[in-house]
Amino acid sequence: MVYRKWKTAALGAAMILGTAAASSAATLDEVKAKGFVQCGVNAAGLQGFAAPNDKGEWSGFDIDICRAVAAAVFGDATKVKFTPLTAKERFTALQSGEIDVLSRNSTWTMSRDTQLGIVFTGVNYYDGQGFMAKKSLGVSSAKDLNGASICVQSGTTTELNLADWFRANNLQFNPVVFEKQEEADAAYDSGRCDAYTTDASGLYSIRLKLANPDEHVVLPEIISKEPLGPSVRQGDDQWALIVKWALFAMVNAEELGVTQANVEEQKTGSANPEVKRLLGTDGDFGKSLGLTPDWAVNVIKAVGNYGESFERNVGQGSPLKIARGLNELWSKGGIQYAPPVR
Amino acid sequence: MTDVASPGPDARSAIYVRGTFVPPSPPPGSTVGPFGWAHKNLFSSPFNIAATILTALFLAWVVPPLLDWLIFDAVWTGENREACLPVDGREVGACWAWVQAKFGQILYGRYPLDQRWRVDLTALLFVAGLVPLAIPKVPYKRENTILMLTAFPVAAFILLYGGFGLPVVETALWGGLLVTLVVAVTGIVASLPLGILLALGRRSKLPIVKTVSVIFIEFWRGVPLITVLFMASVMLPLFLPSGVNFDKLLRALIGVALFSAAYMAETVRGGLQAIPKGQYEAAAAMGLGYWQSMRLVILPQALKIVIPGIVNSFISLFKDTSLVLIIGLFDVLGIIQLNFSDANWSAPTVPATGFVFAAIVFWIFCFGMSRYSQYMERRLETGHRR
Amino acid sequence: MTLRDAAPSTPLSGQRGSGSSWLYDPTIRGIVFQVLLVVGLALFGWWVVHNTIVNLRAANIASGFDFLSTRAGYDIAQKPIDYTIDDTHGRAFLVGLLNTLVVAAIGVVLATVLGFLVGIARLSPNWLLAKVASVYVETFRNIPLLLQLLFWYKAVLSVLPGPRQGLALPMGSNLSNRGLIIPRPVIGEGFELVVGAVAVALAAAFGLSRWARARQMATGQSFPSGLAGLALVVLLPTFAYVLAGMPITLEYPELKGFNFAGGLVLKPEFMALLLGLTIYTASFIAEVVRAGVLAVSHGQTEAAYALGLRPSRTLRLVIVPQAMRVIIPPLTSQYLNLTKNSSLAVAVGYPDLVAVFAGSTLNITGRAVEVIFITMSVYLVISLLTAAFMNWFNARVALIER
Repeated sequence: MVYRKWKTAALGAAMILGTAAASSAATLDEVKAKGFVQCGVNAAGLQGFAAPNDKGEWSGFDIDICRAVAAAVFGDATKVKFTPLTAKERFTALQSGEIDVLSRNSTWTMSRDTQLGIVFTGVNYYDGQGFMAKKSLGVSSAKDLNGASICVQSGTTTELNLADWFRANNLQFNPVVFEKQEEADAAYDSGRCDAYTTDASGLYSIRLKLANPDEHVVLPEIISKEPLGPSVRQGDDQWALIVKWALFAMVNAEELGVTQANVEEQKTGSANPEVKRLLGTDGDFGKSLGLTPDWAVNVIKAVGNYGESFERNVGQGSPLKIARGLNELWSKGGIQYAPPVR
Repeated sequence: MTDVASPGPDARSAIYVRGTFVPPSPPPGSTVGPFGWAHKNLFSSPFNIAATILTALFLAWVVPPLLDWLIFDAVWTGENREACLPVDGREVGACWAWVQAKFGQILYGRYPLDQRWRVDLTALLFVAGLVPLAIPKVPYKRENTILMLTAFPVAAFILLYGGFGLPVVETALWGGLLVTLVVAVTGIVASLPLGILLALGRRSKLPIVKTVSVIFIEFWRGVPLITVLFMASVMLPLFLPSGVNFDKLLRALIGVALFSAAYMAETVRGGLQAIPKGQYEAAAAMGLGYWQSMRLVILPQALKIVIPGIVNSFISLFKDTSLVLIIGLFDVLGIIQLNFSDANWSAPTVPATGFVFAAIVFWIFCFGMSRYSQYMERRLETGHRR
Repeated sequence: MTLRDAAPSTPLSGQRGSGSSWLYDPTIRGIVFQVLLVVGLALFGWWVVHNTIVNLRAANIASGFDFLSTRAGYDIAQKPIDYTIDDTHGRAFLVGLLNTLVVAAIGVVLATVLGFLVGIARLSPNWLLAKVASVYVETFRNIPLLLQLLFWYKAVLSVLPGPRQGLALPMGSNLSNRGLIIPRPVIGEGFELVVGAVAVALAAAFGLSRWARARQMATGQSFPSGLAGLALVVLLPTFAYVLAGMPITLEYPELKGFNFAGGLVLKPEFMALLLGLTIYTASFIAEVVRAGVLAVSHGQTEAAYALGLRPSRTLRLVIVPQAMRVIIPPLTSQYLNLTKNSSLAVAVGYPDLVAVFAGSTLNITGRAVEVIFITMSVYLVISLLTAAFMNWFNARVALIER
């Protein structure tokens, strides 16, 4: 039983090391010390939002948030590492400090904000839950789905909304519930279910992966509010602010017409005081975040403004071709709105 | 006396007795040759005949379609899904072209292409170390074992993960057979010492040591591995002080090692129980203390007996590694499943092909090891038969 | 360990008192060592609990078991007991647990039947049959169960045609990618009579066998109590069934809208899990059976023949009882493995305990520690109960052995 003593000793040593490393150090300092941002992303891979290529390089709309944070902190969007997480692991990974920021198409809800020890910092994609069905079924509305088998991922807000919505509409359904999104995708594709439900953005992304995308139609009903956004641990306001403002910088940049291509030019040439404040040539907003003055320049150089990132990953510049819709800027009829840099 | 064989009128000569042996007549046709064999083994009784016919019918029903699917209708080459699509009513069996296209990923996962030689080298070292250990005649077993348990893990870690000038390859990029073997081999290597200690603990005369060992062993044996993996992936981070983080693969390894240690302990206990009491008494009579007698007398004998058991544990563990896909690691099965979603290769028979290929991979390893275990069992049996 | 127990094992106790000899006293060393162990374990346990509490508190994570009585809000595909989305997580737990037990119970029965058949086939003098059985065992034993489950689910059941093009089977049954739909027996009035008849028949058969045994002990005359009992158990309920006016009717499934309405649906998830568990476990049970039969030495058979027992009686009275003694312990552990392996349901979407409780409930409530703790405890309790049964059984068998 000697090993137990060794084990205890080793764990004790780990404890000492651990507390020395952690001891409520600010996340920003930790991130700077290790030299990269650890970002939790969707392990299943959601094309357009977070998906690795054959070499394991991640790209997507959610990934851009991670890169934006890395760019804001280091001025280098490559200083980020990705931890693929399942739906089950995502919040624990954040709680335990395994990752610094979670950007994994997660819905901002009150209970998640108040009971899980995490805090959502913003909404990078206003989404809602929808349904997808085979065209051949001749279904034109989700209300035609009475008695249908519906594939859904377990433990998501989606699963709860689904039950509530069918109840509210006096309809019956047979849930076919899977632990992992890719399993639900595969089951739907094989014809196990009549319909598939998840966030509408996910439906478009998943439809691309199906054997015959053209044979499936996304139904018009949106049955819930699903504000998707990045989240961080509670109790470190500075870090939460950085993640929050990395996204706001992207939105503000779009509103101000600052793009990936013209950001350098705007930085030196713009006379617009709002642009000057955003890009750090007027005032010292970066410093109050604990960052360099050109933090927003780095963000925009790395991933572009919100609109550019959107179009490149999920919009017209991508196979998904999702319309901006709610995610259009507030000034153009959408609800994407960032507080001013002032 | 006259020659009995010679014909003669002598009344006393026994003319009915033959002088030469009758050459043995061949056994009845029904008992020799293929026919006889068939009669004996296939058609010896009405029941037997019925069994043979039914089995043959069953085989006729199962085997031809299986062969068609696996070989004759299978697609062996192709660039993308077009090759494996059943167009114009063509029968399409297994889509081996898909396996060919994904072979690299099935072996290495997303391990960077230009670094894959590191995995190959590790595998080579492993085989070079293991083969002499597995063949009973090769000498230097002890030295070899020590090398495999000390130098090899260090070398493998540096080669696979990086350091000392090699670029770091994140474990998130590891996958395929690499992950399967890493989890299985690490699990068994880590569980062996722990299992031995637990087995000794369970047989200890000290009541607390015994109780603790029993509780530990029965706890891990009583829960399914999947809950252990959930615990490792979801709960373990909460058990550690904030800031201490293990890699996801490492957490799974810890779970797997603890789990298999409990089973290993029971295997080793079986070996300890098989050692005659006289050995313990003789060791004590020589004045050896507990640890000395264990190290010098009991364990060398007990471990030798349980080699087949250890191999069997390893087979179970090897099969169980497939469960890591449930917590989002990509072993052989995981990476194969992941590749089903490749739209370029989406064809009806791809999933079945993938599963069958994974099955073949697992089967070759497991069957090979079980044959080895049986061989060792036979070898060891002769040594212990009294 | 008490001092008294250890006393004989201290041969050098005479030297006690001479300086540092207590260092070498195994009794004292044992005590010291155990105290260290306890302290070490306690420290380790405290450390883990402390960390968890600190982490949970620092991160402001809600904890406790109160979530069990809150509304679950999600639906479950297979409900052996009434459950709606307004029921609690506690009830969802119960549904999951029952689903686990259902699939495990059916799986145990099927795997036993298949396993015994294959195990005996492997011992058959028929070469072909024995070889097929060997191939079966060697194939399915060496392929991971998870892989087999996924294969059945994704490569076999999922590629079946949709419900409208499903394979029509006799009696209105239908096999499609929605599962196997069979007529559902609907129990009508008067069924109590049949249940009563079954109970009476069972009791009578039991009584009969006891009487027959007692008589055989006393007089040596044997009575075919098995046959008579079987006749009782079959005939009496049949009679009662007819008498009660055949209270069981079949409800045939009909295609309505997307799916079949009515009938009993065996979902693909359930069938895949059952198929995988049965086939995999049966390959192990076959080996257990084979080993058990081989363990009865040939001399036993010869001795029984020498006593004049017919082959059938030899099998029933001599070989089977002895083989069963060898078979039952590993068989029980196979049953336990099957139950534990049913947790792989999560991979094929069958709503067992792990999928429902450690899946949906865990994710919705975020109470990872509590949920995993409860889940593990359930399996642990099942294992311990099985172990208790095994101990009882072994003790019983040991008593019979004279």
